[in-house]
Amino acid sequence: MRTILVLIRKEFIQIRRNRIMIPAMIVAPLVQMFVLVFAANMNMRDIDFHIHDQDGSTESKQLIAKYLSSPFYSYGGQVFTEQEGEELLRRDQTDMIMTIPPAFGEQLINREPVAVQFLINGINSAAAVLTASYSQSILLDFNQELIANYLRITGQSAPGRIDVSYLHWYNPELDFKIFMVPGILVILVMLVGWLLMSLNVVREKELGTIEQLNVTPIRKHQFIIGKLIPFWILGMIELGIGLTLGRLVFHVPILGSFGLLIGFTALYLLTVLGFGLLIAALSETQQQVMFVNFFFVLVFILMSGVFTPIESMPDWAHWVNLINPLAYYMRVIRMILLKGSGFMDVWQDFASMALFGIIMITLAVRSYKKRS
Amino acid sequence: MSRESIIEVENLTKRFGRFTANDNLTFEVREGEVFGFLGANGAGKTTALRILCGLSKPTSGTVRIAGLDASHHPDRIKKVIGYMCQRFALYEDLTVFENIQLYGGIYGLTPREIRSRSDELLDKLSITDLRNRLIRSVPLGWRQKLAFSIAVLHRPKIVFLDEPTGGVDPIARRQFWDLIYDAARSGMTVFVTTHYMDEAEYCDRVCILSGGRIEALGRPEDLKTTCQVDTMDEVFIRIARKDQT
Amino acid sequence: MKRVGFKRFMSLVVKEFNHIFRDRRTMLILFGIPIMQILIFGYVVNSDFKNIGISVLDRSNDTHSQRIVSKLMASGYFHFRGNLQSDHEIEETFRSGKVKAVLVFESDFGAQFNSGESPKIQIVTDASDPNLANTIVSYIRGIINAYQLEARNATGMGLLVAPEPRMVFNENLSSAFMFVPGTMALILMLICALLTSISVTREKELGTLEVILVSPLHPVQIILGKVLPYIFLAFINGLVILLLGRIVFGLPILGSPILLLAELLLYISLALSLGILISTIAKSQQSAMFVSLFALMLPTVLLSGFIFPIENMPVILQWASAILPPRYFIIILKDIMLKGNGLAVVWPETLILAGMTVLLLFIAIKKFTIRLAI
Repeated sequence: MRTILVLIRKEFIQIRRNRIMIPAMIVAPLVQMFVLVFAANMNMRDIDFHIHDQDGSTESKQLIAKYLSSPFYSYGGQVFTEQEGEELLRRDQTDMIMTIPPAFGEQLINREPVAVQFLINGINSAAAVLTASYSQSILLDFNQELIANYLRITGQSAPGRIDVSYLHWYNPELDFKIFMVPGILVILVMLVGWLLMSLNVVREKELGTIEQLNVTPIRKHQFIIGKLIPFWILGMIELGIGLTLGRLVFHVPILGSFGLLIGFTALYLLTVLGFGLLIAALSETQQQVMFVNFFFVLVFILMSGVFTPIESMPDWAHWVNLINPLAYYMRVIRMILLKGSGFMDVWQDFASMALFGIIMITLAVRSYKKRS
Repeated sequence: MSRESIIEVENLTKRFGRFTANDNLTFEVREGEVFGFLGANGAGKTTALRILCGLSKPTSGTVRIAGLDASHHPDRIKKVIGYMCQRFALYEDLTVFENIQLYGGIYGLTPREIRSRSDELLDKLSITDLRNRLIRSVPLGWRQKLAFSIAVLHRPKIVFLDEPTGGVDPIARRQFWDLIYDAARSGMTVFVTTHYMDEAEYCDRVCILSGGRIEALGRPEDLKTTCQVDTMDEVFIRIARKDQT
Repeated sequence: MKRVGFKRFMSLVVKEFNHIFRDRRTMLILFGIPIMQILIFGYVVNSDFKNIGISVLDRSNDTHSQRIVSKLMASGYFHFRGNLQSDHEIEETFRSGKVKAVLVFESDFGAQFNSGESPKIQIVTDASDPNLANTIVSYIRGIINAYQLEARNATGMGLLVAPEPRMVFNENLSSAFMFVPGTMALILMLICALLTSISVTREKELGTLEVILVSPLHPVQIILGKVLPYIFLAFINGLVILLLGRIVFGLPILGSPILLLAELLLYISLALSLGILISTIAKSQQSAMFVSLFALMLPTVLLSGFIFPIENMPVILQWASAILPPRYFIIILKDIMLKGNGLAVVWPETLILAGMTVLLLFIAIKKFTIRLAI
């Protein structure tokens, strides 16, 4: 026990003296928090659109008026030829060209079907789908009005218009920041634990100090615990900084139990640290460790569901995510913070995480060799 | 010379793939002896020393340290040995005292023991004023002496030194050897590898390694007599030349 | 004399090539990561919307409500997670995290619909993921709209004005069109800047740089010698990514391939100049890595318009994004590959990249020679 304390004290003194460590721990989270949270805004912006009105009748103007009054659209102007419209799309100066065919008004009066063309820039497929769906929706309304007028004249009856409303729970204003802050916390806590720790261990290898420790009677578990605990504490502090910032600056709620959050974070950190130790045990130089880490960190972050829902990923991604600690924590921290989920809602993740943590630490202890 | 053997090595062989680093070494080191392990670069000195310290496993052969079998009791052995290697192994971002505190703590010395031994050590090296300086800012010659003093802080039975004087000027080397003698006088066994032949003269007995094999073993005076030369340097060249022809 | 100089220079280039090819991990980074990343982005982080868990609270339970639900499930976007009986259950299902939205039909839904009134459907979403919530609402709306159309057509009251959407540049709406150019910009930036800066600082740490510096080679030659192999490797990498994009994800190259390759070279040179600059500032591999990762990777992912639209960002971040080379490279790539634009359109971006390259190279060489003088 005393040996472990001696090692932990040494680690803390070194961390305190490291000129990169403290800024990396305090500045990086601040910057990441602010930049990421503000930049990672996927909310749909206004759709820039241009109109190619080949008709110019009262009816076509009525239709245009409907689009102009919609809050989702921002009107860019008129185009007079097809080429002009295509050129605008090509130069990225508009998102959509709406083409109203000649004789549009006439055909409507004669009750002949007529098509309105939407040319949509499809490069950003997600945005294009939304653009198309909004545009169709408005057109449907327009139809509805036409038909209602017509029915009023003829006195016939037809199916009604379904009134679809929506209610967004937990985040009625769809504030993207509230969603991103917990996600970034997950990444931050991981970076401190995993990256700094594995770099630290390999640095001792490079400097040869680890060899000096290896000829002493230190036991493997003492060495490992001596490394784990300081970084574990740092990770928890990091969580504290992040949560405070998130709360004060971005008004992220903490609906669930704080104890549960701490408990899960503790487990998550242990697992991540185990990962870091394992990679450090298998690498010889800082460069190698950085490269291998870089690879795993990238894959884990992208697959964790920080930006895109895990449900939409292919099946094999779900299997990979079984060994992705970030995926568990990403899901659970959002559930606890934003939805107030309790232990009964997350116990499966809790159990998987605990099991996973034990496996990782065991592997790490085993792969750390006191002799070659 | 009737003292007991504290290191016994029998038929020690270490291979890395096809390359044989140590080929069937057999020798013993007696208690309180300063034992030199000589050889050119790549002769297999460091490999053998690492095995003796428990940092590496032999391919075959037996090693007994202080009466304990190295392959069965590595942890018990580690309590009675000290080690200092050519790569500098004190923590540069810790102060002199913090390093002493760390290793003292690891070897289970009490805080009081650590303090008294640290004062004693700094006093002996007359660097009391460097106590709270970072190792990074301590001159290289002093660092080497500090590293040695810290390696023997827990008063081990044997201390292993792997080319301890690499890159140090002759005067500092002299002073370093004074420290080694002090330790030997107090009953500690010193096992040292080097390729400086003048240092070989300071050893009680030397073992000359070449191509992973023991080429000569004995007291420096005896070796010089056998080869009919005046210095260890010439002994070494003789043996190396024999190896080449 | 000139020839001797060239020979020396070539030996430096050969040495650098040997370094890179002998280190398997570097090779893994060079070729493994781009491929992995493209595939992960392509198959995992795409914005395809599917398998979202929804539940239904049907207070009416008639033909219309049932048909709407089965239409939703048939779309492939949603995964049915069961019927709810009351409002209280909504909270519970959301908390368990399996259900992202609940569709609530009011009582008498079908009857109202048939009689031409406006029956109500409420979509309750778990907006803890606001983006997803928003998308769910618009997809469900689309399907309900389609249902109404059908119902109307069946009664002979078809649509008068039919929408005819056409997706230009990306007819099949493949999300690869977004991420392949972005990944390419990211990967090339990282490989060039990270690897060159690390390789130079490593030589600094090992002291081998000093040995080369005292040789009769001119500093510019030394820099060129370091950089040339990476230009070659990065270029190959760019080609690999283009090929993957084409074969696996069907990304076209509508514009001039020559122009595309020229822009590729320009961007690589820019990234390499940045790497050299970092290495003249950074003292250790560790700080070179930190600078490369924090100053290059994160901004490239976040601010270059790769994942998140620049227009949505606060003004300060938009300015920050204006000094990021990947931003312009992504625009150029999309223009040339997907829209078939030529230099007539991409000249401003090209000019910006060229200007940045010259500036960075100038500073890097200046810093490098100053270091020599001291």
